[in-house]
Amino acid sequence: MRKKKWTNKSNHFTLDGNVVRLKKNLTIHNTAEFLNDIELLFRKSGESDLSVDLSGLDNIDSAGALAIHRLPENAGRYNISLKIENAGKDIENKLSLFSPVKQKTEQSHTKEGILYLLGDRAGHFLAEYVASFFYLVSDILFWSVRDLFNRKQRRKGEFVNQAISIGVNALPIVMAMAFIIGLVLALQSSSQLRNFGANVYIVDLTVIAMMAEMGPLITAIMVAGRSGSSIAAEIATMKVTSEIDALRTMGLNPVRFVVIPKIYGSLVTLPFLTILASVAGIFGGAVAANLYLDITPEIFFNRMPEALYQKDILTGIIKSIAFAFIIVITGAFFGFRVKEGAEGVGRSTTSAVVAAITLVIIADLILGLIFY
Amino acid sequence: MNKEKIIEVKGLKVSFGEKEVLKNVTFSIEEGDVTVILGGSGSGKSTIMKHMLGLYPVTPNTISIFGQDIVTIDEEQELKFYLKLGVFYQNGALLNSLTVGDNVALPLEQHTNLPADAIEDLVRTKLNLVNLEDAYYLYPSQLSGGMLKRAALARAIIMDPPLLFCDEPGAGLDPVSLANLDELILKLRDQLGMTILMVTHEVTSILRVADKVLFVDNGVIAFEGTLTEARQSEIESLKDFFTVGTGGKKVTH
Ligand SMILES: Nc1ncnc2c1ncn2[C@@H]1O[C@H](COP(=O)(O)OP(=O)(O)O)[C@@H](O)[C@H]1O
Ligand SMILES: [Mg+2]
Repeated sequence: MRKKKWTNKSNHFTLDGNVVRLKKNLTIHNTAEFLNDIELLFRKSGESDLSVDLSGLDNIDSAGALAIHRLPENAGRYNISLKIENAGKDIENKLSLFSPVKQKTEQSHTKEGILYLLGDRAGHFLAEYVASFFYLVSDILFWSVRDLFNRKQRRKGEFVNQAISIGVNALPIVMAMAFIIGLVLALQSSSQLRNFGANVYIVDLTVIAMMAEMGPLITAIMVAGRSGSSIAAEIATMKVTSEIDALRTMGLNPVRFVVIPKIYGSLVTLPFLTILASVAGIFGGAVAANLYLDITPEIFFNRMPEALYQKDILTGIIKSIAFAFIIVITGAFFGFRVKEGAEGVGRSTTSAVVAAITLVIIADLILGLIFY
Repeated sequence: MNKEKIIEVKGLKVSFGEKEVLKNVTFSIEEGDVTVILGGSGSGKSTIMKHMLGLYPVTPNTISIFGQDIVTIDEEQELKFYLKLGVFYQNGALLNSLTVGDNVALPLEQHTNLPADAIEDLVRTKLNLVNLEDAYYLYPSQLSGGMLKRAALARAIIMDPPLLFCDEPGAGLDPVSLANLDELILKLRDQLGMTILMVTHEVTSILRVADKVLFVDNGVIAFEGTLTEARQSEIESLKDFFTVGTGGKKVTH
């Protein structure tokens, strides 16, 4: 972290010939700094023998004790032999209480399972209900923007896990559903179009309907069913088992810790999922057009560029982003509102799915009107 | 010996809906003591603890910790406040998605700049203190109840907090593990000067570690005093705890 030349200045020790005299306290709050300083000393000192004198040390905790235990080993990396001396009684006790584990257990088999997490402020009445919903929304929006630029409070690999579980894993089912709906949509329209001799407009109909409307909607409904429910269940379970409380008392914001990775995971994957769903739906339409309207795939795909408007694609993408927010936020909201007990988890899950699908359809209407 | 009062609770009242759980809870906890909260199940012991942790709203001037009314702790001070607390939850409350090692490492990863190897070192040492180093790579779902408890204790003490809350840490442990746990509690008190508040029913454990005893009954603190005083108390329901708990004659009401 800090890259400065060793100048015989550290808050943690003084160098006296080849004796390093530790001073003051060495605790979890400053051990990282101490490790940096001493490493710098090892690198720059040029001594081959050092002794570390603990007599001036007032207090240590477990982090400090382990740092001291590891000093000889760390010094060894710079070919310095180091001994530790003059520990007072109290320091000695702590060094023996917190001594490093000699035989570390090895990891035996493959890692398994990925899960998720969350906190709350809830009530019983509609006003409070709405208030806590908006409270959660604002919290989520705030942290999802803040944490874009902040790697520290992000859990390693969690974003990828979420992207996979919310987005990638939903791909087969979403594409299959979209294909079927595209096919049925074209099938239902075909007799009408044939009556008007407007067979070729099946292409426009399918493409526009899938890109701007059905693709985003099918995707959102499937994802709400799969992930909205699992987000609610996961968070509700965490609440019931006090994991949420534990996060808070460890000084971690549950919204930030549990919900934000899901927001990122869904925001990144849902637009792709939506486009792929639309494409699958168009293929479904092409199959129906071929079977019922004698429009060969060649004619269908030749006409497609004319029916494909940038605006429809954009509408679809914007919708998918809005739907992603709605699904995660609704899942999280119902998860956090859970009342004690296992049946509460089930109820939260159901409410989350129903609410997410309802809100998705309402948002679809609003966005449809805006982009009309 | 005038020890500092680290926690003061005055007139805490709690109702859940219609149900009044705590009517008027008043007590204080002194620095460096192991204080045991005793009481029947459902008497509100966990509820008292959760209120002290700021997990439920409380009214001003009810609970003060480290000399500060917890109501006045704002978002900025919250982290500092929580870093001074270690909490052991009744059912462990480890994150199921992380291994035991990662669970215990979490506060260090989030709140310190320690390098990864120093973090691993600390985590393994703390797990070793609770005799659970071999569970480093296991997930909580792969642990027995007693192991979960010990893992949760390792997490609670990972930051060497000056104040440790334990909700039934000994329940379900075998006698040897329980004795080890008690020994560890005493080491934390004596060598690190931790102040420890512990809910427990294990009479053997209370006799080994308690400096002070609080007895919760009927929504109030029915007894507050030293262990010796508690054992001589004339309060029937408290007497029952000690006689039944040590295998003495069973008292029927
Ligand atoms: N969040 C809650 N909502 C409703 N009732 C609760 C809640 N938490 C605890 N209670 C009730 O309060 C009483 C005390 O619970 P608790 O503090 O867990 O008891 P214990 O002394 O066993 O730890 C119990 O009757 C419990 O059902
Ligand atoms: Mg309890």
